[in-house]
Amino acid sequence: MRYVMVIDTLKCVGCSDCVVACQTENDVPTGYCRDWVTESVTGTYPEVDIELRSERCNHCDNAPCVRTCPTEASHIIEGGIVLVDRDLCIGCGACIESCPYDARYRHPDLGIVDKCTFCVHRVKKGQDPACVSVCPTNCMYFGDLDDSNSKVAQLLAERKHKVLAKEAGTSPNVYYLI
Amino acid sequence: MWGAGAAAVAGSLYSVDVFGGNKEDFNYDRPDLKRFPTYCDVCFWKCAGWTYVDDKGTIKKIIGNDIDTHSKGRLCTRGTGGLGMHFDDDRLKTPLIRVSKKGEKSVFREASWEEAISLVASKMKDIKSKYGAESFALLKHGAIGSHLEHLFSAYGSDTVAEPAFAQCRGPRDEGLKLTFGESCGSPEATDMRDSKCLVFIGSHIGENMHNSQVQEVSEAIDKGVTIITVDPRLSTVASKSKYWLPIRPATDMALLLAWMNVIIFEDLYDAAYVAKYTTGFDELKEHVRQFTPEWAYSITDLTPKMIRDSAREMAKAAPATLIHPGRHSTWYGDDTQRTRAIGILNALLGTWGRRGGFYFNEKAKVPKYPHPEYPEPAWKAKDLNVNLLFANQGVTNEVIRASIPGEDTTHQVKAWMVAGTNLTQSVPTEKNLMMKAIEALEFLVVIDIYPVEITGYADVVLPECSYLERYDDLRNSDFRTPSIALRMPAAAPRWESKPGWWIGKQIGLKLGLGDYYKFNDYTDILDWQFKQMGTSLEEMKHIGVKNLPRTSGPLYIEDGAEHIFKTDSGKIELYSQKLKDVGLDPMPVYTAHEQPPKDYFRLNYGRAPMHTFSKTVNSPNLNDLRSENALWVNPKVGKIWNLKSGQPVWLKNQDDVVSSFPIKVRLTERIRWDSVYMVHGFGQKNPEMKRSYGKGVNDTEMITKLMVDPLMGGTGMRGNFVTILTENPKETV
Repeated sequence: MRYVMVIDTLKCVGCSDCVVACQTENDVPTGYCRDWVTESVTGTYPEVDIELRSERCNHCDNAPCVRTCPTEASHIIEGGIVLVDRDLCIGCGACIESCPYDARYRHPDLGIVDKCTFCVHRVKKGQDPACVSVCPTNCMYFGDLDDSNSKVAQLLAERKHKVLAKEAGTSPNVYYLI
Repeated sequence: MWGAGAAAVAGSLYSVDVFGGNKEDFNYDRPDLKRFPTYCDVCFWKCAGWTYVDDKGTIKKIIGNDIDTHSKGRLCTRGTGGLGMHFDDDRLKTPLIRVSKKGEKSVFREASWEEAISLVASKMKDIKSKYGAESFALLKHGAIGSHLEHLFSAYGSDTVAEPAFAQCRGPRDEGLKLTFGESCGSPEATDMRDSKCLVFIGSHIGENMHNSQVQEVSEAIDKGVTIITVDPRLSTVASKSKYWLPIRPATDMALLLAWMNVIIFEDLYDAAYVAKYTTGFDELKEHVRQFTPEWAYSITDLTPKMIRDSAREMAKAAPATLIHPGRHSTWYGDDTQRTRAIGILNALLGTWGRRGGFYFNEKAKVPKYPHPEYPEPAWKAKDLNVNLLFANQGVTNEVIRASIPGEDTTHQVKAWMVAGTNLTQSVPTEKNLMMKAIEALEFLVVIDIYPVEITGYADVVLPECSYLERYDDLRNSDFRTPSIALRMPAAAPRWESKPGWWIGKQIGLKLGLGDYYKFNDYTDILDWQFKQMGTSLEEMKHIGVKNLPRTSGPLYIEDGAEHIFKTDSGKIELYSQKLKDVGLDPMPVYTAHEQPPKDYFRLNYGRAPMHTFSKTVNSPNLNDLRSENALWVNPKVGKIWNLKSGQPVWLKNQDDVVSSFPIKVRLTERIRWDSVYMVHGFGQKNPEMKRSYGKGVNDTEMITKLMVDPLMGGTGMRGNFVTILTENPKETV
């Protein structure tokens, strides 16, 4: 079992629906987010192109946040989902500093560090993460990469793709179709 | 000064059936939450969904209804974030009555509904006895419109107009009607999911989040569609396109004519379809002979090769080609004719009534709740449109003009009710006519959720509750299949706010129009209508949406079938005798529009996916996603002008109007050097809108020159030019 997210940048319109769906699903306080949209512009007018990406925690196999956490609050569960145990987290922020994706924030009310969980509470019930289930362009896919029949495995087999900050050596599990 | 928000519990005038649902019927994905059906009111797409509420009655989230054709279970950014409209503490809280004199700084006091409604009704009586009910105009947008139209019809006024016509869709709808005998409706009857070639002309799908259209473009991308986008800006959809035509602004008509030239003279058109269903082809052929791609090159900056290649691509995929007619089409004053040109191109490729082009839409037949006949007004809003032969409804700017004493109009307007539209931001006027009209009015009542700018000029302000707190008319829109949807409250109205239907009814009762209001609660009407249609309010509370079978025939023109178009000739009118008969161009012609003078840039504006007009900019959830607009500037221009991204600048337009607030520069290669771009809806002027006050520039403020469409009165807004001021002009003056 290896959960991954595959995001088709050729369909994403950068609408941020994934951001607000995550916020309402996970009670993320206004002003903070667990996922966000970036736009990269290349070239000069009129030979110009953009890439829109919905970004979040990459649930890395080799997760610096887990290695740097002094209390073992940051941990990896079955399927490779990286979580923060709120009871163990002391809010020191070492993980925030170590994350090459800047995917974590300090929760203003709870004093702990928070981030994307791949909506594990939904995944356990067989549902997609909130961001995936709301996306109006259907550009996001979630599933088990170890299952060769899964949509995510098929897409990664067929389509050109990339990961972010490959050079950081984190073995991320969020893939972008390009 | 605005009344302090004395939060009081909603009175006994209205009670909400918050927990009316039948729990076991609900398929919760969180068992701790109850859900209530709604259809979204954040924009006009009206996607159906479910509002989820926890055991304390707090709204937690809104999710699309899986069986809804508009949302297919997926709401857009604004729909998902729609709960911000419920939670926003900056909303209007109680009725307000002006205590300051006209022209002085606005001071209001809080009032009871009884007092405010009595005042509105007495003014309506007063206007009616002095000038006739027709002199009281209704300017409206959105769901509250139908409730107030009923009130106005019963009262005796048909002086009704909405910015959705002359500031938005009007030219498109009238242009398509002149060509095909009907428009494409809303949601547009565009069959994009099966299109093999999609053409967008200044229409930036994906930045406008017209939900099912965005979904269908994405579906078409999965199936390998070819997209062609014409836009001086690399819009989001332009970046998904095989052909992006970075056109010189204001020259679209030249491209459309050149495309016709290529399609006709390279024999790329659907000859059988054209012969069978159109009239005027020979005249069109002669007309466009001169409009070669070489001719268009010098006008549009698009190479002949690019024009030819894209035309051939469209023809290759036809009839599964859609040249999208857009929606907001009030650009340069020749907009009805530009839509005719788009229609003619579609006709040449045989796409109307064909899979992948335009389908034939259908809506449900909803019975009208019985009431006495409306009185016949002595004159109607349309009668103000003396010179606008193809304006088939009220034109906002004509109503505004008729409100100014001394203007040459057929009738006088003396009072307004403005509902659901921040008029100063939704309707641009020349020479400050808006303010002149407002100053001349004997009475202005504004109904809104928010203390938007127009409320500051009102004599009475009435707070409507958010859509998550009210019943409304059932949804009945054109689509591939008819469907109806229910909006019911998921929470009680906050503070003293009330639903639109309730406000209309209370005013009606005070006017002695009780015969038109023979219902207690709006649920009486809904249940009666639902039962006529084979369902009930109870059932609709559990399903939210009911899809109905088509009864009007097939979606497309079937092979070998005859099809009569709803035009005078029964055919698609490539050449319009109707226009010729009244002295207008029977076929579209290119008119050179003014280009910006030195040191000025064309002001282009558009949409952001997380906002609807100015309606959402203060919503906590959506403001969090984008709290201000930015001024897109080409980096070459930035270098010459020594501008940096993030730098606040002020704008001054060709009429020396200076923006009220600064806007931050965004240097980007996505825009041409001769224009600047901003998202519409920002730059709120009322400090009570705390999150959005003074954030960014209101584009409408900079639009003081209108290019009026002679056919239907659309106010072309893209002929305004701005220059950039790096110092605060208010400090240097």
